[in-house]
Parts: sequence; structure tokens; C-alpha cells
Amino acid sequence: MARTAIRRGLSQPLRWQLARLVAERTETSTAKTLVLEIDDWAGHVPGQHVDVRLTAEDGYSTQLSYSIASAPDGNQIELTIQLLQDGEVSPFLVQDFGLDDRIEVRGPIGGWFVLDPADDVPAVLVGGGSGVVPLMSMVRAYRTAATKSPMSLIYSVRSPDDVLFGGELDDQSPGLAFDVIYTRRAPEGTQRPVGRLMRSDISEQQTAQDRAYVCGPTGFVEAAAHLLVEIGYNERHIRTERFGPSGG
Amino acid sequence: MTSTSGTSDSLAYTDGNALAGPLADLFAVDITRASTSCVGCGGESAVAELHLYTAGPGFVARCPHCHDPVLRYVRTPSTAILDLRGTVRLEAPLAL
Repeated sequence: MARTAIRRGLSQPLRWQLARLVAERTETSTAKTLVLEIDDWAGHVPGQHVDVRLTAEDGYSTQLSYSIASAPDGNQIELTIQLLQDGEVSPFLVQDFGLDDRIEVRGPIGGWFVLDPADDVPAVLVGGGSGVVPLMSMVRAYRTAATKSPMSLIYSVRSPDDVLFGGELDDQSPGLAFDVIYTRRAPEGTQRPVGRLMRSDISEQQTAQDRAYVCGPTGFVEAAAHLLVEIGYNERHIRTERFGPSGG
Repeated sequence: MTSTSGTSDSLAYTDGNALAGPLADLFAVDITRASTSCVGCGGESAVAELHLYTAGPGFVARCPHCHDPVLRYVRTPSTAILDLRGTVRLEAPLAL
């Protein structure tokens, strides 16, 4: 199914479509998940993103890319948006965009940072901050896939207040492992001292054949990819996606 | 972090994944999966792996190995300008 979707996505010209907000969920005090319905949606592969375009009444238009957080699911997609106070798009999407409102989207986009569950390869996913969003699409698709190579998610986040998808991270399925790493403040009783991702956070059991997907702010991605290479990952099997110097 | 990064200014880039949407105006396939050879160092990278600078009026994608510009793209309301002088070769997988 997913393969079909990506082929179709590549051979059809991308076009802007209207997406309608059909539900929303609060993730943290500054992040929200938007459930969007798009009439003629081609379907996506976990890891892909959409471009979102906002146009003001005076014709001024701005656009931004957002990763899809949901597993492929008919004509609905979920975007989890982190509010950036000085951002141009996220304040509108998090604070003003209401049920039944519409925005323009085009997608699915991107054929590099993708993991098709049908590939059935062992994978480690490493996310920093809202870099966990496309990885969550991979995790969610994994839960429903028939193939079961092990998957692990290492999620680096500032504090317990910043954790996205909190409830789902407690729900361990066979073959799926989660590890949340706190960089500034951890819940009481956490053994690991707070601090940035380090070598001991990544399992040494991985092999050079395993795939790794790293997404987050640029500094996080560079550091994490470097650690993976040190541990023995093949550079060619590490896929990265960076969303800026500070990220969200 | 210090091993691969320097000052915060040197981290002022994202990567070529963000070109997938913009370059879809020109290419029939997803060009971010294509492999590029850099004129400067001969290094091979996927377009998605190029370091992308977006502070100017368009996109500048640099080689992650030697940092030479590999690809530049500017879009005006009526024109798309793609400058590939830093690219020896672009090898794109075709959608089957």
C-alpha cells in the first residue's frame, strides 16, 4: 500500500489542496495536534511531510513544512505543531486555527527520510524535541504492520512538560522500545542524570546493517549522527532531517 | 556536540529534505533522493543530505563534506532558476 502511495506521489505533480480541521488535541502547553481531512489525499509513507501555505487577506502568503505525525489513515493526516513565539505560521495554527477552518496543504512530500513498514528492517529512531514527530508516524505504522523487526525510539526532550505523545510512549508493543532522555529536568526517580544525548544512551546491540533515522534541531542531529557512526552504524544507513539551528 | 559543530552560526542550516516541495515544480521525480557529485571535492551525497541555507532570497545547498555550493534555487512569481554549477552529476532513481 505504502509503496503504491509513494509511486503515485512521485509521478503526480504536487498541487495545493484544501485541508479541513476535523479534530485537535493538546499535547503540551505549547504544542497541539491537528487532525486534517483532505478530500483527494494520495496517502503517505511514514517520515514524509506536507507544505502548509497561509495567505492573508492582502494577498501576502507564507509557507512552512510540517512532518506528518500519524500513520497512513485514509484521507486524514495529523500534524503536531510546536508553537514558536516568533514564528509566522505556528502561532496561527496553534492558537487561532479552529474546527472546520481550512488551510492549504500540498503533499505528501519527501522520499528520503521515510521508513516503509514493509521494508521490515531493524531501525533505531532518534528524535530531539519536535523532531520526534515524523518518527512517531513510523512508530504508529509499526504498531499495525505485520512485519516485526525490532524498532527503538530514543526521544530527547528538555523536561517532562515538553513530552509529545506522552500516553503512547508508555504503551510498549512487542519489538518496540522507547527511551525518553531529559536534557534539563527529569521526573523524580529518573536514574540517568539530565544532559544531552550521549553514547551510553544508544544500545550497543545495533548492527551495521540496522537503519537509523535522526530528526531534530541541526545541532542535535549532527551530534546524534556522530554518536551513531562511533558506535558502528554504517553512515549510508543513517538518514537525517534537520529543522534549524534552535528548533522547537 | 562540539565534535561536529562549531559556533552557533555554523549551525544555521537545515538540509535538502526541505527542497522536495520547492523542486517538485521542476522535476517529475522526487529529486531529494537523487545522488549528487560535488564539483569541489567529488563527494557523493543525496540531495536530501546537502546542507541547506535559506536566509537569502532563495536556497543554497552546500556539500556536507567540503561545504562548496552544489545547487542553488531561486523562485520568482513567474520563473524558477536552478544553478547547478557545483554539481558534476545528478543521479535520480526513477519512480517505477
